[in-house]
Order: sequence, then structure tokens, then C-alpha cells
Amino acid sequence: MIDVLLITFIITLFYMAIANRIFTHINVLAFQGVLLFFVVFLQLNEINTLNLALILLETIVFKSIAVPLFMSYVLKRNKITRETEPYLPNFVSLIIVTAIVVITILVANNVKDPHLDKIFFVVALSSLFTGLYFIATRRKIISHVIGYLIIENGVFVLSLAVGNEMPMLVNLGIMLDIFASVLILGIFLNKIGDVFNDIDVDQLSNLKDY
Amino acid sequence: MIGIYLIGAFSIGIALFLNKNKTVSHVLMGLFLILQGVLTRHSYLHIHSTEWTYFTYDSLAVLLLIVLTIIAIPAFIHSHIYLENKLTPPYPRAVYYSAFVLLLTAISAGYLSNHIAVTWIFTEITTLSASAIIYHHRSKLALEGTWKYVFICAISVTFIFIGILFLSLSMGGTGSDDLSFQNLHTYSSKLNPFWLRLSFLFVFTGYTVKLGLVPMFTAGVDAKDKAPAPAGALLSSVLMNLGFVGIFRFYIVIASTSLHQWANLIIGISAFFSVFVATVYMIKVKNIKRMFAYSGIEHMGLVMLGIAAGGIGYYAAILHIILHAFVKSSLFFQYTQLYRVYQSKSIYSVGNYFKYNTSGALVILFGFISVTAMPPSGLFVSEFLIFQSLFEAHQILLLVALLLLLTMIIWAFGKNILKIVFLPLSEFDESNVPKISPWESSSQFILLTFSVYLGLNPPAEFVQLIKESILLLSN
Repeated sequence: MIDVLLITFIITLFYMAIANRIFTHINVLAFQGVLLFFVVFLQLNEINTLNLALILLETIVFKSIAVPLFMSYVLKRNKITRETEPYLPNFVSLIIVTAIVVITILVANNVKDPHLDKIFFVVALSSLFTGLYFIATRRKIISHVIGYLIIENGVFVLSLAVGNEMPMLVNLGIMLDIFASVLILGIFLNKIGDVFNDIDVDQLSNLKDY
Repeated sequence: MIGIYLIGAFSIGIALFLNKNKTVSHVLMGLFLILQGVLTRHSYLHIHSTEWTYFTYDSLAVLLLIVLTIIAIPAFIHSHIYLENKLTPPYPRAVYYSAFVLLLTAISAGYLSNHIAVTWIFTEITTLSASAIIYHHRSKLALEGTWKYVFICAISVTFIFIGILFLSLSMGGTGSDDLSFQNLHTYSSKLNPFWLRLSFLFVFTGYTVKLGLVPMFTAGVDAKDKAPAPAGALLSSVLMNLGFVGIFRFYIVIASTSLHQWANLIIGISAFFSVFVATVYMIKVKNIKRMFAYSGIEHMGLVMLGIAAGGIGYYAAILHIILHAFVKSSLFFQYTQLYRVYQSKSIYSVGNYFKYNTSGALVILFGFISVTAMPPSGLFVSEFLIFQSLFEAHQILLLVALLLLLTMIIWAFGKNILKIVFLPLSEFDESNVPKISPWESSSQFILLTFSVYLGLNPPAEFVQLIKESILLLSN
């Protein structure tokens, strides 16, 4: 069952590569939160109940409700256009994301470790590189933030792989999630929306050496 | 003591944030500096002891803590002068001071922590506090700098976290789940090399954002450019040292495994490219503050080359990072006066500084001599030892390339600095030049003299502390 959920997670990455609207991306992020909720529920069966409740709460409340709601609020308030405006066509994105997933599967095949379920490794690394790819090829700052959130979700999956032995690391991952997201979303996406008219990285190129 | 320090410093930070009265905030800052001094003294007297499980007063931490405390005092004085001259309103001043305290607290705790995850947490807190300082001017450019810093730091901090996760996977075969550096070193022979390799790659890449190496150096340059110069001094000295601590403690672990040579290679490549990138930018750069920032990248590249070369290089690296902190912070402190005279960061609108502020121009000149490691600069000694270690490691080609790059850096740096201090400006309105008291330069002279003294005639305790910090590395 965990495998099915994690494979769905990878499929959402493909979907994001070809999705054209920012709202779709935000909805997919919310859906990833729900997927992670079930993965946590099935995977972390050895840790104490209070901690589990906290983690579940974080995935469902923070990842799939608060962050997507806030992002759509920012989107509406700043009247950001709906297109994701990638530098590369969606078809190329799809191919690149596929290549990323295939390569991580090949890498994972070389791992000989009885302590690790390989699928966690594949999902984590592919979302890391997909997120970085999105950040590198999208023009809008909000798309960069979406890329960052994909990375966060991938890291969360990886932390679940060791979650039963070291629950502290999962909690640290949650701390990172909340801390970085609040810092990035709460303060700066808001501020940047106030100062710049349309949020576009082209406007963020005034810091120069001369 | 660490408990009292953390609680005290955080409460002072909160009080500074809430308080709008100038005198009260100065009293609070004074209290914080006293607290910082007490912690430093306590750490020196109780060296090698552990408090609150996660904090150990080991030699490296004590050394860097002393450096931090010494730099914190002039940093506060210059911040005060800076805020007064800019007629800063109460709210930005409150944010600035509380972020200042939070930054120093987080860096100190990061030095002292003996657990990879705790170091990581405090590194993350430095991002938060540094971003509040960088956003001080609340302008479009400040926002741009802050956004870039926050975003790149967020990604880097995530990288470090991924590294920690891989590290925990590499512990799989040891039967232990304690990620303290001590424990990792004990079990280093049993760590799974595949995961350890991945872990080192991610942790190293992540900390380069604080240390200022290729690949993540860009954020730091923008940050030092936009932050007020007294805070820029902290970002380019003690915060870089935190990045060094993060990498160095992990390096000690990996150095006792079979991956030692591989790690040296990774560090060496990154360090050499950092020097290269710094050279390229130094030749082009026209913004004085960014020039200082790029010079920091060059020095961190040298430090990490010393680490990669090994042998005497370990000693030289630690010496270099300490001396560099003193020299670079004094240059940044001096920069505020330079800006007050010319109201510009650009090299084109600055010149003949000796005429307007003699003591300040002397600091710039001595700072230049120090930072380019010309004798009698203390950095000359450490750089010389780094070259020696590269020579002993049979990296002659690398050494030749490095020396060529450094020559270009000295040329570029010298061209700009000599223009600042000597070349007269054709169109410059002298009527608005403020009178700057020579006393404002005294702290810079003290720091520069200190770096010369520590380099040329290091006291026995100082040498002992450095030797203890690299004890686990001696092969």
C-alpha cells in the first residue's frame, strides 16, 4: 500500500511537469500532503501515539490545507497571471522529469542496504531534483516556491524511511518545513508582492557588481 | 552556563524587539555583551566539559567564541554609530538590534554544539536573524538581496538536512542512533561508505552557503552588499566561521574513514573554483562592499585548500580563518565611514580618501596589506603555511595556478584600494563631507594589530588551542 501511495507521488511529479496553471500546481501540492498523510499513517507504526498525531497533523493541516490556501490567497491578492511561464516547453519538462526518475531508479538499484526501502530513496531524490529543475526553469517567484515545496515533500518522504528508528529526525524535518515555509511564504512572498507589481524573477536582477 | 546564556540572550533579544527607548536598548546590548563575555570566559575555564548534553566547550569552539566576542564589541559600537547617523526610527532599530543579538547567540550556540542536528538548527536560526538584518533598509534592492539570501539558504539548509538523513542511514550497521560528532567519530570505521559519501556531499554543499564557497556563494555576496556594513562585518567573519565549523566537524569524522582522500578531492575542487570565481569577480567588481565580500570567498577557498592538503595545512586553515575574521570585519567597519564621506558604493565616485579622513584611509591601507597577506600581515604566515602544505602534498600544479590567481587578485584589489586612498576625484563636492573622529577608527586598528600579533607571535595558549582542535586529524 505504501508503494502505491509513493508511486502516486511520483506520478504527481509528472503531472506537475506538464501542468500549465499555477492553481493546478497548488492543488497537486495539497494532494501530495494527503498522500504523505497516509504514508505516515502506514509507515510509522513503531513510534509513540502523541508524536504520530503531531506528524499527521502537520501533513494534513500544514502541507495540504494551510500552505495551499495561503498560496492561492497570495496568487489572488497580487493578481499573478495564471500561467506558469516555463522557459522550456512542457513536453521537454516531461522528458527531463522522466529522465530524473529513471536515473534515480538506476542509482537506487546499486544500493545494497537492508535497512532501507528503496522506493523512499527513489521518491525523495526524484522530487529533490524535480524541484531544483522547476526552480531553474520557471520564471515566476511563486513557481520557485512551489519547486521548493516539492523538495520539502521529498525530504519528508526520506525522513520517513528512517522514521521508526529515529523519530527525532522526522520532527526535525517538520521543524524545517514549518520554519522555512513561514520564512519564505509568510514574510517574503507577501513583501515581494507589495513591492513588485508582477512577481517575476527578471525583476530581481538589480544587485550587480558595478 | 549555556542554559543561562541561551535563555538570557533570547530574553534580551525579545526585550530589544519590544523596546522603543534608545537608552534602554543600549543597556540591553551592554548586558548581552557582558553575557557573551561571561560565556566565553566560562567556556575557556571549563574547556572540554559538556553541558546540556548537546553543547561541548571544545578547543575549536572556544577559539571561535573568543573571536566572536572580540568582534561583537566593535560591531555593536559601529552599529550604534551607523543607526545614529542614518537617524533610524525606533522600529527598524529595535528589529536590527534584536536580530543582531539573535544572530550572535545562534552562531555561538552553533560553534558549541556537539551534535550535527543541533548545529543544523542553529544554522537555520542564523538565516532567520541575518535576513531580518539584510532587510534593514526596506528598499527594493534590500528586498531582492533578502529574498535571494533566504531562498538559497532555505535550499542549502534542506540539503544539510538530507545529508543528516543519509548519515543516519549510514549508521544502520553500527547499532547506534546517536548523531553526535563524538559518537560518529567512534563508529567511523563502521559507517556505510555509500551513504556517508552522499551525506558528505549534501552537508558540504549545504554549508557552503554560510562559508561562501562554490556552489552556493552567491547568496552571501548579495547579503553582505545589502546588510548594513557593521552587520556585514559579522556575516563575513563569524558567520563564515560557523559554516567552517559545520564542515570541519563532519570532515573530522570522514577523515578517519576510507573516504578521506575522496573528501579531500571534493573540498579541493570546490575550494579551487572558489578562488577562481573570486578572481574573476574581483577583476570586474566596482562595488566596494562586494569587493570585500569576494575577497572573503577567496580566503575561504584558501582555508579549505589547506584542509584538503592536510599536514600543516590543518593548523594553517584554523589560523587563517581566525585572522581573516579580524581583518575582514575591520574593513567592513571602516566601510561605513567611507560611505559617509562619499555617499556611494561605486569605485568610480570614491578617491583621495586620505584628504577627507586620514585615520580611515590608514585603516583601508593597512586592511588591504593585511587581507592580501603581505608582510607584516598575520595572514602572510597562515597563507605561507597553506602553500607549504600544498607543496608537501605534491600539488605543485595546483599551487602554481593558485599563486597566479592570487597575484591577479592582489592586482585587482590593489588597483581599487589605491584609487580609493590616493587618486583625486575630478568632480566632487567637498562642502558636504562630514568630519569623522579618528576615534571611530581605533577599533579597526586594534583588530588589525591583533591579527598581526597573533600571526607573527602567537601566544602559547593560542597555539595549544589550535593544535587541540586538529588533534583528531593528525595522521
